[in-house]
Amino acid sequence: MIDFEFHNPSSLEAALELLDRYGDDARLIAGGTALVLQMKQRFAQPGHVIGLRQLARTDGLGTIDEADGALRIGALCTLKQLEDSPLLRERIPMLAETVSRVATRRIRSMATVGGALVNGDPNQDPPPTLIALGATVEFTSSAGKRVCPVEDLFIDYYETDVRPGEVLTSLTVPIPASNVRGAYLKFLPRTADDYATVSVAAVLSLGDGGVCQDARIVLGAAGTTPVRARSAEDLLRGREPTDEVIRAAAATVPEAVDPLDDFRGSADYKREMAGVFTRRALAQALSTPSPIPSLSDLPSPSGRGLG
Amino acid sequence: MIKLIVNGVKREADAPNSCLLLDFLRNDLGLTGSKEGCGVGVCGACTVLVDGELFASCITLAAAVQGSEITTIEGVATDGGELHPVQQAFIDHGGFQCGICTPGQIVAAKALLDSNPQPTESEIRDWMMGNLCRCTGYYGILNSVAAAARSIFPPASDP
Repeated sequence: MIDFEFHNPSSLEAALELLDRYGDDARLIAGGTALVLQMKQRFAQPGHVIGLRQLARTDGLGTIDEADGALRIGALCTLKQLEDSPLLRERIPMLAETVSRVATRRIRSMATVGGALVNGDPNQDPPPTLIALGATVEFTSSAGKRVCPVEDLFIDYYETDVRPGEVLTSLTVPIPASNVRGAYLKFLPRTADDYATVSVAAVLSLGDGGVCQDARIVLGAAGTTPVRARSAEDLLRGREPTDEVIRAAAATVPEAVDPLDDFRGSADYKREMAGVFTRRALAQALSTPSPIPSLSDLPSPSGRGLG
Repeated sequence: MIKLIVNGVKREADAPNSCLLLDFLRNDLGLTGSKEGCGVGVCGACTVLVDGELFASCITLAAAVQGSEITTIEGVATDGGELHPVQQAFIDHGGFQCGICTPGQIVAAKALLDSNPQPTESEIRDWMMGNLCRCTGYYGILNSVAAAARSIFPPASDP
């Protein structure tokens, strides 16, 4: 690793000032699970590294709070904090379950939710669920604040819409209404701590008579960014999500995704599995027993593996 | 200057900002119990606790955890040399073969029992999943962790 200056600011203001001063030559480090690997491999060679660990205790950067029908999650919360949060598990169990699927307990103890988002890795677990739930992120810079839907954050492979001088400071996730059903499925043919071969977050709003009012289906590891399966959503909207309708919607997904060949599967195989796992995710979302299920209601062994 | 509290003792040494916590512990402080396996945070051989949380020291910058409390395998037994129940259980139940992964396994298991003294079998498996053993001694490891938990909190039905 090439050496660098290290800065340990004790306030967000001080961190923003350092970012303004060093510009492109500076990188922020939170959990470091992504950046340190990139620096070891010399993909990233910053002259200045700004450590954020001390800020987790300040400005709500490390806390989860409920306000106005949503949860506001500080960007420096670790994934472990989300996984263990009684508030998140009760209000948005689908997100707590999704986060618990990331790598291992050790990585979840280190990695932060904000860091995972700005890294822009399309194989991550949280982005599909956050997009399906309609979450937004807030950036802070010395010029002020900016809110961005998580959906618009990802531009390309490891490329995100973080602008010069900005720090991702929080995310806001609406608490699903009682007519909302959701599920996140992760296809893991190799080991439990692996990245997905393909993953699917499906969220449905049901109206009178069980008609699907709205659907959001987002796939991970299925392209250079998370991918929304809009054709499948369109097929579901306004219809009763019968087995037949679900199959028809899922059948459009292989055309909607653009996965990369790698050792987790060929692009063709992942395309096929994107359809299969979308069908299973929709079925699981609809079989969710109560409007706001508790984590223990979710069928973890089948949901976790081949489903 | 990197300053840490390692196993309850204030330690400091001059190291470059790029120094990894694992290298700082091993090379600058002489605490060679933590091992480097994969070097990318996957295998768990370098597991230490940072302010009580599991960390992969091979992908942690020492400078980024400046001032934190670190627990390594060297700090698990008492100062008088009395083994931690997890260490004793690994000996009694064949929890290791070649031993390279053992410091990480024991630190991880200690962290589990610190936060959840009566884990279920599936909780043990889920927690220990991130610590690989290439001798494939997983049953011995899982049995050892379960035995350590029983020795700390004996089930009511045990004689």
